[in-house]
Amino acid sequence: MTQKRFSALPGFNLTMGFTVLYLSGLVLIPFAALIIRASEITWADFWRLATSDRALASYRLTIGASLIAAVANAVFGTLLAWVLVRYEFPGRRWIDAIVDFPFALPTAVAGLTLADLFAPTGWLGRFLVPLGIEGAYSRLGVVIALTFVGLPFVVRTLQPVLQNLEREVEEVAATLGAGRLRTFVRVIAPSLAPSVITGFALAFARAIGEYGSIIFISGNKPYETEIAPYLIVMRLAEFDYAGAVALAVVLLVFSFMLLAAINLLEQWSSRFEH
Amino acid sequence: MASTLSPQTGEALKKSQRGTEESPFIKWTLVTIALIFCLIFLLLPLFNVFVQALSKGWSFYWSALTHPDSWAAIRLTLIVAGIAVPLNVLFGLAAAWAIAKFRFRGKSILITLIDLPFSVSPVVAGLMFIILFGLHGFFGAKLDEHNIKIIFAVPGIVLATVFITFPFVARELIPVMQATGTEQEQAALTLGASGWQTFWHVTLPSVKWGLLYGIVLCNARAMGEFGAVSVVSGGITGQTETMPLRVEKLYQEYNAQAAFAVASLLALLALFTLAIKTFFEWKQAREFKIAQRAVKY
Repeated sequence: MTQKRFSALPGFNLTMGFTVLYLSGLVLIPFAALIIRASEITWADFWRLATSDRALASYRLTIGASLIAAVANAVFGTLLAWVLVRYEFPGRRWIDAIVDFPFALPTAVAGLTLADLFAPTGWLGRFLVPLGIEGAYSRLGVVIALTFVGLPFVVRTLQPVLQNLEREVEEVAATLGAGRLRTFVRVIAPSLAPSVITGFALAFARAIGEYGSIIFISGNKPYETEIAPYLIVMRLAEFDYAGAVALAVVLLVFSFMLLAAINLLEQWSSRFEH
Repeated sequence: MASTLSPQTGEALKKSQRGTEESPFIKWTLVTIALIFCLIFLLLPLFNVFVQALSKGWSFYWSALTHPDSWAAIRLTLIVAGIAVPLNVLFGLAAAWAIAKFRFRGKSILITLIDLPFSVSPVVAGLMFIILFGLHGFFGAKLDEHNIKIIFAVPGIVLATVFITFPFVARELIPVMQATGTEQEQAALTLGASGWQTFWHVTLPSVKWGLLYGIVLCNARAMGEFGAVSVVSGGITGQTETMPLRVEKLYQEYNAQAAFAVASLLALLALFTLAIKTFFEWKQAREFKIAQRAVKY
């Protein structure tokens, strides 16, 4: 790892050249194309397209459902990480391995099977629908799909932090007379908070752009269960390119703001570690 | 006296441990909640795929998979992954070599750019390629003149898949290559090996597990990509339908069991990916232990 001035290894020009070329072709040019198309739309048109009632309804659903799902992930993800790191119970290693399942499963399959589970005839729907809990073809369905998709983020950011937590600090707290609950709230929780928030933000960012799993379960009704990415697809199907571009720019700007926030959070939490 | 002392110490030990442990009641309540959550959100969706796929029997399952349209979708998915994954492996190796083995300005910007596809909605990624190559896009008229189809054709699907999956190999390789450092390569070069020899015989073996894992992740995502591909594919049955798009088409045609049959193959792919990941982590932990033991003696 100790490189003084310049590495003696060959191949920098070749690999760097290929990397930059590949990135430019795949990322910079497509991004530039989107930005150029967006700049061709007049400001008044852009505002009209980006803030139509249908668009606003779709942002509200996308952001609202993503927030609720990310909160659910933060709560259950923390619980899951805690249980996996601190307790020994039968099946622990299997659960640990399957936590990444939502990362590995294609989103279309996730949407298909969740929609089927929560439909009135599904394994869960047949009990839940009579109770008035409609998980399929509803806004709740969007939250369910996004909770599934974002599940691994909090668990996987929190697990290493929990593993490296020094048990001595908890012992000191216990020695000084703190009960277990008080130790958790005053000693453990503050050191976990940065990674829980980072995991929350990652799950939230992922949920904002999610498409595949939702369209199966939500029903895609305009103004009601239509997410913003689906509205982009609808605009494209109507050959309304300006409309699609305007919505895409709004989504992109929101994603980048989240990305910037995540980077700041990670810097903040790494400062905690030192 | 001694016999009465030891149970007391045992009791005292238990008590002192209790200071840093929850009561069994709280512990098992938390474990139960976690297990129920995993059952509803992980295990039931997984089992449901296979149960629904086989609900009409093996012969229906088999005929759903061997239907010409499903077969075409399977073939197209394999072709697309077969092009996208090697391209991204090449990129991942090049980017990791440049980033991990050299110091240069703008490195963090480069890493941010590599991560960019993670923060773009797949639908927006597909839209970008429509803007570039669609009929009303920047190169649309030129391509149409020469009768080249990218959008609503296989090249567009490959492009969208490459865009979505290109960070995977690079992201796995960069930290592994950084951790191995440059001393071994420098030694090989000093002993007279050429650059390529050094790469093949020194660098590649030391990062092989990271590379393998990156390839498996990249492949899983490439075969399963839905949003970006659905925007650029046009969903022409038998021609531009990949497996995930086939799942959607069958579902919309109220042929849920056939949709689940195709989906079950993708779910198997996900399980295979998880198995490789678990194996990889186990291997890493073992090598770490062996290395630690070697340091001790």
